[in-house]
Amino acid sequence: MKFTGTDTYIATDDLMTAVNAAITLERPLLVKGEPGTGKTLLAREVADALGRPFFEWHVKSTTKAQHGLYEYDAVSRLRDSQLGEERVRDIRNYIKRGMLWEAFVCDRPAVLLIDEIDKADIEFPNDLLRELDRMEFYVYETQETVEATYRPAVIITSNNEKELPDAFLRRCFFHYIRFPDNETMERIVSVHFPDIKKTLLKAALESFYSIRDVNGLKKKPSTSELLDWLKLLLAEDLSAEELRGEAASAIPRLYGALLKNEQDVHMFERLAFLSRRQGG
Amino acid sequence: MFVDFFFGLRQARIPVTIREYLMMLEALAAGAADADVDKFYVLARSAMVKDERFFDGYDKVFENFFKGAVHEVEELFSKVVPEDWLRALAARLFDPAERAKLEAMSFDALMDELAKRLQEQERRHQGGNRWIGTGGTSPFGNSGMNPVGVRIGGEGGGKSATKVWEKREFRALAGDVEIGTRNIKVALRRLRKFVRGGAEEEFDLDGTVRATADNAGWLDIRMQAERKNRVKVLLFFDIGGSMDSHVRVSEELFSAARSELKHLEYFYFHNFLYERVWRENRRGYNEWIPTWEVLNTYGPDFKVILVGDATMSPFEITEAGGSIEHWNEESGEIWLRRLLACYPDAVWINPVPVERWMSTPSLRLTYQIMSRRMYPLTLEGLDSAMNLLRRGIRSLAQR
Repeated sequence: MKFTGTDTYIATDDLMTAVNAAITLERPLLVKGEPGTGKTLLAREVADALGRPFFEWHVKSTTKAQHGLYEYDAVSRLRDSQLGEERVRDIRNYIKRGMLWEAFVCDRPAVLLIDEIDKADIEFPNDLLRELDRMEFYVYETQETVEATYRPAVIITSNNEKELPDAFLRRCFFHYIRFPDNETMERIVSVHFPDIKKTLLKAALESFYSIRDVNGLKKKPSTSELLDWLKLLLAEDLSAEELRGEAASAIPRLYGALLKNEQDVHMFERLAFLSRRQGG
Repeated sequence: MFVDFFFGLRQARIPVTIREYLMMLEALAAGAADADVDKFYVLARSAMVKDERFFDGYDKVFENFFKGAVHEVEELFSKVVPEDWLRALAARLFDPAERAKLEAMSFDALMDELAKRLQEQERRHQGGNRWIGTGGTSPFGNSGMNPVGVRIGGEGGGKSATKVWEKREFRALAGDVEIGTRNIKVALRRLRKFVRGGAEEEFDLDGTVRATADNAGWLDIRMQAERKNRVKVLLFFDIGGSMDSHVRVSEELFSAARSELKHLEYFYFHNFLYERVWRENRRGYNEWIPTWEVLNTYGPDFKVILVGDATMSPFEITEAGGSIEHWNEESGEIWLRRLLACYPDAVWINPVPVERWMSTPSLRLTYQIMSRRMYPLTLEGLDSAMNLLRRGIRSLAQR
């Protein structure tokens, strides 16, 4: 079965090829791209489209590779032993499965998302090499090996905060989600707002791409921000003409959804001021 | 059949490994490309190129390989192939009589001659479609397929010229992996000094065992604070004009230091350390702070890393008033020695290659003032510098 995008997620041909190759070969797929281009969403949509169970593991700066496998809760076992509880005799009662384990033992092929792998320690990906490669790991406490019954499709996202080790990269497929072009963007928007007026959408996209083209922005607005902004525009029931009229003043209506940084807002105010002065 | 493509990528300095190449073949065999060139393009890229920085290079190689478009030989020469290789290639292509003539030629003239010769040869051997280039049956690379018969590495050849290239190539490769943010970070990690501090939120196994035993077997859980990196570092960065050519690598060092070291204070100086330093790297002259203030603010437990090329006129170091930007009451040498007196653990990291150190008087001088604690901005250099900082200068005296 092939992934071809879903009703709510527009995937480009490139992305589909990469996803399908990774699924066919049962290798992890590393996805990078600008923030807000739907990296994290991809895994969920793949799971939905293929009808597979979905597991997500969100990585934080303190996450260790072990957390994805399992954790042994020694403290509660100690406590239980003091209270003379029966369950203390079986060490299995104190082993908490991690997401990797859950995905490995799932009764059908699953989709596992490892989100923002670059947030963790720089050695983190190295600690997962064998687990992702062989799709098995050893549980020291119970002396058993957990093997994947069905190799899950693993999708890993990174925001490029840290460079990932070569040994890890070698084992992955890699796809860089480019910022959607105008045409793809229209398709994406129409999936989310099927009723939006063509003229308004056109004006909004023009304005949006012109903001992105401004040099020196600290953070360029992304797809998800565009969608938020459109939602606001629709809620305010603005017409294309109103939006156009304001675009001339360089700073668009309800810009708070697009510009998330006060320096960027300042810059736009300055640009707006300049354009007014030149116009007047 | 894609071996040439693979070597083409490697030649374009895209870090592709055999493992990734096999992965691509496996995907092809599994029918992931549907015999469609566009799909193959994406597939091969996602299997073999793992960083978007290399996409551009990949595109060029792909274009070259599959469209068969032969780039302007000249352009490729200037971009892809180092001069030494070409001279050596010329040595193989021309016969000895011609070679003697060529030896006297300028590089450009040599390239013209070479391009002509290559075109002739191309016509003669119809099979060889790509001669020099990032893809295909290039004369470089050791697929051993190229009609010129020039091999790099491997057996064959056996002429002394080939050996020279081998060395050349390795040097070039080493230069490539010289340094990158990740590598720097790993080097900076040597500097970590773990100290427990802050809230007690980690389970203390040893403490608990001891306390429980004291308690005659009744559990007494002990917690302890997490270990954290407490190393403190002052970083001084030269942003004088002569540093412009080292900007990229210095930036990488800076960003790596910022993310690896929590207790990091950084200052900028221009050319040499005098009585003032800057907090902002924009060279605004208003926001400087007196160096004295820095010396008084941060205790001797801070470790100091100076980054600069130390390349200037020696007077800028030895003389009062030597600075090219302002009148300094005391010489740079006095200030540097003062800094070293305050912070015994200090090193100087220099982006200038070691070979040039002794031939630059100001650099030699700085090297002496630093009592030889100057290291090149390479991985090895950083490693030794960090080792020294970690063990402390006193350890050096003891040896």
